[in-house]
Amino acid sequence: MAGSDKILEEVTSSDYKYGFTSDIDTEIAPPGLNEDVVRFISAKKEEPEWMLEWRLKAYKHWLTLKEPHWAHLKYPDINYQAISYYAAPKKQKVLNSLDEVDPELLRTFDKLGISLQEQMRLSGVAVDAVIDSVSVKTTFKEKLGELGIIFCSFSEAVKEHPDLVKKYVGSVVPVGDNYFAALNSAVFSDGSFCYIPKGVRCPMELSTYFRINSAGTGQFERTLIVADEGSYVSYLEGCTAPMRDENQLHAAVVEIVAHKDAEVKYSTVQNWYPGDKEGKGGIYNFVTKRGICLGNNSKISWTQVETGSAITWKYPSVILKGDNSVGEFYSIAVTNNMQQADTGTKMTHIGKNTKSTIVSKGISAGKSNNSYRGLVRINKGASKARNFSQCDSLLMGDRCGAHTFPYIEIHDKSAIVEHEATTSKIGEDQIFYCNQRGIDTEKAIGLIVNGYCREVLNKLPMEFAVEAQKLLAVSLEGSVG
Amino acid sequence: MLEIKNLEVSVEGKEILKGLNLTVNKGEVHAIMGPNGAGKSTLASVIAGKEEYEVTGGSILFNGKDISELSPDERAKEGVFLAFQYPIEIPGVTTINFLKTAVSEIRAYRGLEPMEAKDFLAMLKEKQKLVQIDTNLTGRSVNEGFSGGEKKRNEIFQMAMLEPKLAVLDETDSGLDIDALRIVAEGVNKLRTKENAFLVITHYQRLLDYIVPDFVHVLYDGRIVKSGKKELALELEEKGYDWIKKEFPEMIA
Repeated sequence: MAGSDKILEEVTSSDYKYGFTSDIDTEIAPPGLNEDVVRFISAKKEEPEWMLEWRLKAYKHWLTLKEPHWAHLKYPDINYQAISYYAAPKKQKVLNSLDEVDPELLRTFDKLGISLQEQMRLSGVAVDAVIDSVSVKTTFKEKLGELGIIFCSFSEAVKEHPDLVKKYVGSVVPVGDNYFAALNSAVFSDGSFCYIPKGVRCPMELSTYFRINSAGTGQFERTLIVADEGSYVSYLEGCTAPMRDENQLHAAVVEIVAHKDAEVKYSTVQNWYPGDKEGKGGIYNFVTKRGICLGNNSKISWTQVETGSAITWKYPSVILKGDNSVGEFYSIAVTNNMQQADTGTKMTHIGKNTKSTIVSKGISAGKSNNSYRGLVRINKGASKARNFSQCDSLLMGDRCGAHTFPYIEIHDKSAIVEHEATTSKIGEDQIFYCNQRGIDTEKAIGLIVNGYCREVLNKLPMEFAVEAQKLLAVSLEGSVG
Repeated sequence: MLEIKNLEVSVEGKEILKGLNLTVNKGEVHAIMGPNGAGKSTLASVIAGKEEYEVTGGSILFNGKDISELSPDERAKEGVFLAFQYPIEIPGVTTINFLKTAVSEIRAYRGLEPMEAKDFLAMLKEKQKLVQIDTNLTGRSVNEGFSGGEKKRNEIFQMAMLEPKLAVLDETDSGLDIDALRIVAEGVNKLRTKENAFLVITHYQRLLDYIVPDFVHVLYDGRIVKSGKKELALELEEKGYDWIKKEFPEMIA
């Protein structure tokens, strides 16, 4: 047993593989938050008056709110006045091709195993690369343009498509929704905007890579996806962050609107810097992600693979407003060393015959804590609503924790709600069995964990699934071991 | 091929094997029989390298190499296979994927190129036929929801795929009805060659009706106390283990 503990120890204590800083010229706002900073950000982005007003409204509301502490997370108080709310790579001109992109930036992507060229050439993925809050390069835009698809940075959308932005921004996550969403609304730096017109099936996966790259800078991304009637889009988001000593706050907002007969699939692979083995440093990730199935027969599906961040507070949710609409949440959350995650979903059933599925796979290793928190709410009048929830936890070693907090509120008698939960430990027996077939312990753990997560990995687009599998193996190298 | 000398093994401080000697040459099938608690499964586990079994004395040579310091996966890569008495379930991992990983790892260890997908599939098909395993089973998660017989058959299938030099069958007959026993035994017989060797561990003689051993050893109280040809198994069956116990009254099993 002592021997296996040692293996577990070694596996769980491996270092973060993507810890490096790229040297890119940035322009940083002085630390602190007040009305002037909000105005500064808005001015920097050359925003119209209505956007500034919207930000200021959010800021004023934020001042009235208190940081929530109901999650199963422990972290020191965040000093919001010590954070700089704006950082952007200095950019002289609009870039026409990859050749014009800062080579240092391209090398950063290469280190992460994400080559824009390769992405473009091989997989047909349009990449909107966001580094330190400013969209650097959008590809395939013209190709998408022919179909009437808008895929651009949020700031660009504010300028080019103000009517669409005005109509939908804050319509799913209102400015005052919660503390972090309000903060984001006031100071959001950039993000992505996507609009799929009526009846159009987006022919490629849309993808964004986020990356924090400036010391002491909070990152406040904002994404808005609107799928008009009968349209379809699959959207990919992925992150890795460089090694940092001080904690970095991230409070993103993602809003999705699905009209009648539309379908949106949103997949995330998150690998922000989790802090070192002692829990020093790492990203604080407070994210609000919500979609609304506005029209009948619409569908929104969230798939997430969360392996990074010191603190994760994240509940991608679906409001099932349209009749026969479908909401899905497939999640893998890995915590290792001193990481803490409190993640799950909210499914709110309003329309008739609405259906939701929740599959959550938590993996805890090291001394980490991993919680699932989910709410299934069936409103009165949401007749014949159905929900199926499955929450599994896998423990590696005996110093980590797995917790499940399911909430179920049913206000309609015709609802059918099922909830299943399991907790298991990765068995020495399983590892030995693999060993005996010639598979070493590290690979055995990867195999077992990928098997455990298969239901969720299967939901990811192919190219992402491969990356996610790698990431699981890297995150648990050693760890879960 | 396998040379075990004066092997002493303890589990959690308790001595289980007390100076065991055994030599298995290639092309041979050896049966190890013995009453419960004699150390049969310990022998299987210690050859495979299970961690909680502590070797306190003696040596295990495999093809002239001392393997007692090798990790379990290295031993497997050297060509040692253990058919488990209680095969383990691995949810979400198909047997095909599992074996593909195993085959690649073993080949890499031996400095061979990875197998091409179509060659691997051809091999898979051939071996499925050889050991008469349902193709449904190999497409499912490893051993998950398998019956006892299916699990044992899957062990033999894996053995066929990995082509070990030495296969240790740990009570492969336990929990099998006569039909399943015959299928499993037939699989083993088909895999016998002049180059490989088998160590068949069993409590009962009946498996040896189907897998005919060249040598039979009786393991009692951590030592091999009697060795002979296949007739020894029949004698044991007839006289029972009490015969051994009476002959070696100084030992306490």
